[in-house]
Amino acid sequence: MDTYYQPKDLPKFAKISEGAPELAEKFFDYYTAVFAEGELTQREKSLIALAVAHAVQCPYCIDAYTQDCLEKGSNISEMTEAIHVATAIRGGASLVHGVQMRNVAGKISL
Amino acid sequence: MSNLQTAENLNSNLFQIPALETFRENLDNNGLDLSRTHCTTLQVNVGMLCNQTCKHCHLDAGPSRKEIMSEKTMNDVLDLAARFDFQTIDITGGAPEMNPHIQTLISKLAPLCKTLILRSNLTAIAEKEQEPLLRLISDKKVTIVASLPSFNEAQSETQRGKNSFATSITTLKKLNSLGYGLPDTGLELNLVSNPTGAFLPSSQEQTEKRFRQMLARKWGLSFNNLYTFANVPLGRFLTWLESTGNLESYVLKLAANFNSCSLHGLMCRSLISVSWDGYLFDCDFNQALNLYMGGRKKHISDLYVLPGPHDSIAVSEHCYTCTAGSGFT
Repeated sequence: MDTYYQPKDLPKFAKISEGAPELAEKFFDYYTAVFAEGELTQREKSLIALAVAHAVQCPYCIDAYTQDCLEKGSNISEMTEAIHVATAIRGGASLVHGVQMRNVAGKISL
Repeated sequence: MSNLQTAENLNSNLFQIPALETFRENLDNNGLDLSRTHCTTLQVNVGMLCNQTCKHCHLDAGPSRKEIMSEKTMNDVLDLAARFDFQTIDITGGAPEMNPHIQTLISKLAPLCKTLILRSNLTAIAEKEQEPLLRLISDKKVTIVASLPSFNEAQSETQRGKNSFATSITTLKKLNSLGYGLPDTGLELNLVSNPTGAFLPSSQEQTEKRFRQMLARKWGLSFNNLYTFANVPLGRFLTWLESTGNLESYVLKLAANFNSCSLHGLMCRSLISVSWDGYLFDCDFNQALNLYMGGRKKHISDLYVLPGPHDSIAVSEHCYTCTAGSGFT
């Protein structure tokens, strides 16, 4: 194995069901239902998925949802803005913990 | 072996992809029939000359191309249109506006069919000398089918070239001011959105809804319908796919999305396509391969009977484009 991630492995995802078919069926049914048109459009859901893919840093998901976003009619500007949302939340999540730092520092400082 | 089989064999395994079943094998192995119905549409390609060099063009049209339809061939087209009863006549190119005889052709074809369509890239018609053409098409109530891949300038221009977007928006405003795309004017303006790369088009219904909202919000523009079509892996687009290493994955994606239900509505079933020099094809895409109607080179001046129900259609692997997803009608 040259690398842990191979693009050709992505289509093998469905084979994960061979280990635990009933659980896989529940998961994939749920997955399909989540991405169906609802109060949010499929295009909006795909943009959310792209942003989350970057937050969890999954190369398979980034590949799949980049293509899916384009095929749902999104453009590079929208996709880049979506990634900035993920980035802002990731960065913000670190920064907001500065409150904890300030609490601790405040308690033990003169 | 028939002329059609010989012609299809010449184009067989077009993309040299071992994992790809030929389109004819796919039809045969699945017991599917792709044959003609009544012929209702005449499509006329008036030349390869174009002011743009779009990256997705299946005909490699552009400013350096010299092949344009002559007055003599146009007269043959007019004779053909008068001999038969076509509901729709569809003028395409290149940029049809750049053929110097286009106004004569439009004037004479308009009374010969119910719907006359002019395919426009929205920039060739923007030149000042095209004002009389704009007046003519609105007078004759010619339907405009215009290319606009995206309402995002950068994305649109990756396909159609620099400075094409602002001109296209200006032309759409001009067409709206003439009544095109507005209710109750009888002047129809339809948009075509092709993907800006090696991926499938978005849902036609959703894309139309979004274009309608965004074009109205950003520029106050209106249109009638929007069509989404996949890019055909021929001509300049094929060259791009090969040079970027996208060919195999793109063609396999088209084939993986083969939808047998799309066969029923394919345009090649009810259309004849005429090349700039007057020869007959089953569709404009087959022109890029010299894949002639019935597998035999035949000029329109020799056509006395239209192809009819159950007649064969010449196919090759590029046909996977029109059958991917909801299809190309």
